[in-house]
Amino acid sequence: MNSIQLDRHGRLKHFLGIEGLSRTLLLEILDTASSFLSVDAQSVKKVPLLRGKTIVNLFFEPSTRTRTTFELAAKRLSADVLNFNISTSSTSKGETLIDMLRNLEAMHCDMFVVRHEAGGAALFMAQHVAPHISIINAGDGRHEHPTQAMLDMYTIRHYKGDFAPLKVAIVGDLLHSRVARSNIYALTTLGVNEVRVVGPKTLIPTGIEELGIKVFHRLKTGLADVDVIIMLRLQRERMENALIPSAHEYFQYYGLTEETLKIAHPDAIVMHPGPINRGVEIDSCVADGPRSVILPQVTNGIAVRMAVMAMTLGVVTI
Amino acid sequence: MATLSILGGRVIDPASATDLITDVHIEGDCIIALGTPPAGFVAERQIDATHQIVCPGLIDLSVRLREPGAEHKGTILSETRAAAANGITTLCCPPDTHPVIDTPAVAELLQQRATKSGMAKILPIAALTQGLRGEHLAEMGDLKEAGCIAVSNVYPIGNTNVLRYAMEYAANCHLPIFLHAQDPWLGRKGCAHEGAVSTRLGLSGIPEAAETIEVARNLLLIEMTGVTAHFCRLSTARAVEMVKAAQAKGLPVTADVSTHHLFLTDADIGDYHNQCHVIPPLRTQEDKKGLRAGLIEGGINAICSDHQPHEADAKLSPFALTAPGISGLDTLLPLTLKLADEMQLDLLTALGYVTHQPAQILGIPAGTLVVGRPADICIFDPHCTWTLTASKMRSSGHNSPFLGWEWRGKVSYTVVNGRVVYESVDSGFSG
Repeated sequence: MNSIQLDRHGRLKHFLGIEGLSRTLLLEILDTASSFLSVDAQSVKKVPLLRGKTIVNLFFEPSTRTRTTFELAAKRLSADVLNFNISTSSTSKGETLIDMLRNLEAMHCDMFVVRHEAGGAALFMAQHVAPHISIINAGDGRHEHPTQAMLDMYTIRHYKGDFAPLKVAIVGDLLHSRVARSNIYALTTLGVNEVRVVGPKTLIPTGIEELGIKVFHRLKTGLADVDVIIMLRLQRERMENALIPSAHEYFQYYGLTEETLKIAHPDAIVMHPGPINRGVEIDSCVADGPRSVILPQVTNGIAVRMAVMAMTLGVVTI
Repeated sequence: MATLSILGGRVIDPASATDLITDVHIEGDCIIALGTPPAGFVAERQIDATHQIVCPGLIDLSVRLREPGAEHKGTILSETRAAAANGITTLCCPPDTHPVIDTPAVAELLQQRATKSGMAKILPIAALTQGLRGEHLAEMGDLKEAGCIAVSNVYPIGNTNVLRYAMEYAANCHLPIFLHAQDPWLGRKGCAHEGAVSTRLGLSGIPEAAETIEVARNLLLIEMTGVTAHFCRLSTARAVEMVKAAQAKGLPVTADVSTHHLFLTDADIGDYHNQCHVIPPLRTQEDKKGLRAGLIEGGINAICSDHQPHEADAKLSPFALTAPGISGLDTLLPLTLKLADEMQLDLLTALGYVTHQPAQILGIPAGTLVVGRPADICIFDPHCTWTLTASKMRSSGHNSPFLGWEWRGKVSYTVVNGRVVYESVDSGFSG
């Protein structure tokens, strides 16, 4: 994938996935994001870096939060933003992804932020788009969600400083999670001490240990001594597919409560990509508690997305 | 009657274990002599086959012609021509056309159009159940009389009772049943082998058990019903072992493998290589080894192309949304010869998997070069090296993961029923 997401100087041209990106590049994204975080605090929350550029949010799956933070990020960089929310039904009416791509190209846009239900959709668009357009992956199927991973890394670095000594647990529905895959690549590349995934066998995909992580099926052992807990959202429809019996039972065994949080390191932080299901994967008193960094994650998400947009359009170089 | 002599070629006939340099003489649609011609026989046309291999025309157990129903992907004319240009003289057409081959009318249409095109012969495979819905039996007796060679449901049948009766009724009609071993539920929405690759790419997986469970269920029903059965396109090493054990027990079962499963694995999907989207999926290195071993040690009897031509747009989407399948007619012989090289098989054995063995499975008097049999012959130059490119593909479908591969061996003439239907020398069709 790097052959397409990096230009010949090794700089980001598209941002499709974390897999294969270098530690240096990931740190460069975090440092750039850091420089943008202050924009939030200014009275005029704008920098003119992308003035005159047009960014299209192309969402084939419903999303409020991710789309909004991308929109905010673009606007704070002074870009013009178009939002397309395309239900899958309209593409099934005959217009192919390629046709749609060609139409949008004809509107002279500079960047597409794409979310699609199919793994590889962002790569596919990068392979077929006109050369002057950059693609940012805002989530492709169960594959990757790289900006989410980078905002998670930003948050971890903010609270923990150094990655090297950390033990990180990712808990929940690994099978369907693009956030988890991107986080696994980011954490292993940044060189944390240990990455664990925790969940029932039905929600842990075959062969995931080959990504260089440890698999746990019990929360009590999986959380022992970890410094960072990343909780994943459990989609309601998983119950219908017989993957788990009920939200109630799931919470009993895999829900993060004040009690289970005690197993982790006393300074452990709790993260969640949102939107959270209170009482399903996380108890309200943990989500709203002192160890939770869920809301700072959202704030950091804007700065990280500004960084990625600016870097892929080549307006910042470090 | 038209006469033809093929002179001085290395004649390889796996069925009769013949491998010698000799002449083949043809009168009308039959082989009338090998070696010395009958007294006074002088053929109207003579082909100099010196330094070439003369073997039975290939028999391909699975070719989607796309007609009727999807003529934008291929037609009977385009695909039987492509078959002929690749040395394939007989091909089986699975029943999942639109409309389905569940009435004599559709079966007859296919054969009439094939006769009209005059290229490779078509043997239709009839639907096992009406509309392939797995509910009511198709009129197997009528379909057999209309020329169907076997019955198949292509899609999984959930209702074991229906499957049992379908097998019994097929046995009653003396029709072999062609089975596509895929569990109706496991991996139903999958598009890649369930394993580290599908997990890395976030693709829905099809576990090994989706195939082995169905093979197990089918084997028990085959034993119970006594039907002659053939497993289509096995993809896992374990399924090969299961079929091998059943064969050792004396059950009337055979199996085939597609050329691509003998050469590719799920690792070839790389970063969503759409041409590697096939059903059953490409599996692991161990499975590939097991499939190859099955050819030698039992469990796999024949090799087929599993030809599924597509228009370019069908592959122009993210991986999971593309149409599965590979256009295989153009690579059946090259890959079989490459397999012989890699596995150090003699040509008698290797060519047997695409001539004599499929003929045995189908129970037809083809796939051999003995006197009195139809003159369906492939002549190829085993030394000619070439590289596969889209423009060189004869099929309408250029969807192949093998573009850019280099081969040795190129078809120079194809003879169907004693008539030269393809010759490469003037790169045209004489038909």
